[in-house]
Amino acid sequence: MLEHYLSLLIRSIFIENIALAFFLGMCTFLAVSKKVDTAIGLGIAVIVVQTITVPANNLIYQYLLKEGALSWLGLSDTDLTFIGLICYIGVIAAMVQILEMVLDRYVPALYNALGVFLPLITVNCAILGGSLFMVERDYNFTESIVFGFGSGAGWALALVALAGIREKMKYADVPAGLRGLGITFMIAGLMAMAFMAFSGIQL
Amino acid sequence: MSKAKDVFLDPLFNKNPIGLQILGICSALAVTSKLETVVAMCLAVTFVITGSNVSISLIRRQIPSNIRIIVEITIIATLVIIVDQFLQAYAFGISKQLSIFVGLIITNCIVLGRAEGFAMKNPPGLSFLDGVGNGLGYSLVLLLVAFFRELLGAGKLLGITILSTTNEGGWYLPNGLMLLPPSAFFIIGLLIWILRTWKTDQIEEEN
Repeated sequence: MLEHYLSLLIRSIFIENIALAFFLGMCTFLAVSKKVDTAIGLGIAVIVVQTITVPANNLIYQYLLKEGALSWLGLSDTDLTFIGLICYIGVIAAMVQILEMVLDRYVPALYNALGVFLPLITVNCAILGGSLFMVERDYNFTESIVFGFGSGAGWALALVALAGIREKMKYADVPAGLRGLGITFMIAGLMAMAFMAFSGIQL
Repeated sequence: MSKAKDVFLDPLFNKNPIGLQILGICSALAVTSKLETVVAMCLAVTFVITGSNVSISLIRRQIPSNIRIIVEITIIATLVIIVDQFLQAYAFGISKQLSIFVGLIITNCIVLGRAEGFAMKNPPGLSFLDGVGNGLGYSLVLLLVAFFRELLGAGKLLGITILSTTNEGGWYLPNGLMLLPPSAFFIIGLLIWILRTWKTDQIEEEN
């Protein structure tokens, strides 16, 4: 049993890296990867939010939306999956808001460090994508915790690595038209190729 | 009249949402290995941008500014659900291939970006043009990327063989890399390079 979760964790971090294999959260991935410090801050925020929202949406899906999930109300054949999207995005927005208030109240240091990144996370597709993958692959509650943490960690890892490379790019002589965005795409492409080396690993 | 024209044409080359503003890239990369799925995706995104731009612009004076994001997201999510249900009903195969990426149109930053940046300040007519223009600008990049990926990766366009591959007794040795995720990064990178060599004012300063 433990091996199953370990394998899921490794798979979601490295093999099916949510940033480099599924291209989720690309906008922030490319925009906030100029400095390692900010990248680490955003990475941690994504891991935390992802670990909370994926299991939360899992509960909503299992007990409210799935076909037959409302049988405890006597509505055994209601299928509410079509309003799933609006529920998940609502949960994500609410969770981010709550997390922001909790951090502000109890861990002001971390709150100040994360600052502007927290509200941005609501529109990060990696977060919504994580929840949608969870629904599509029909994970149970424990699996969804592992997957949430793993996919968040994988995204953070890719972000910090890209930021590290971009910091070194200052010393490179890049052709004028490629400067900035263009070369970042190239780097991300090379990183995606490197991450493909993990594919085929079985645990 | 010229303003309307600018609003419509600017997003195509001068202010392309993907090329210049780094918006909506996730789906641009993920669904582009086949031209067929891209066409569906482009239609879906253009519909959602236009719909959300017009409806938000119509009620822009009624939306209280401190809850505007949640109002915008709700409108966008509703439109995306319509698209999703429509695809599942009439194009189930494509809907399966796009899998979660239809749902991810909600968090596609182009849609929210246009709603927030344009529709909140402009009348419905202009917002409609802006929506269609941005949808087309986005589609243009996606179609180009998918064109090269499918042609070079599988020797086909829209499933019709153009270059007959060696597996089928032809002469073209398909480039397998083109079907894998990294190639999308390279192609977009090259497109940006070409675009910026042409429109030199888009070149970024060295930092």
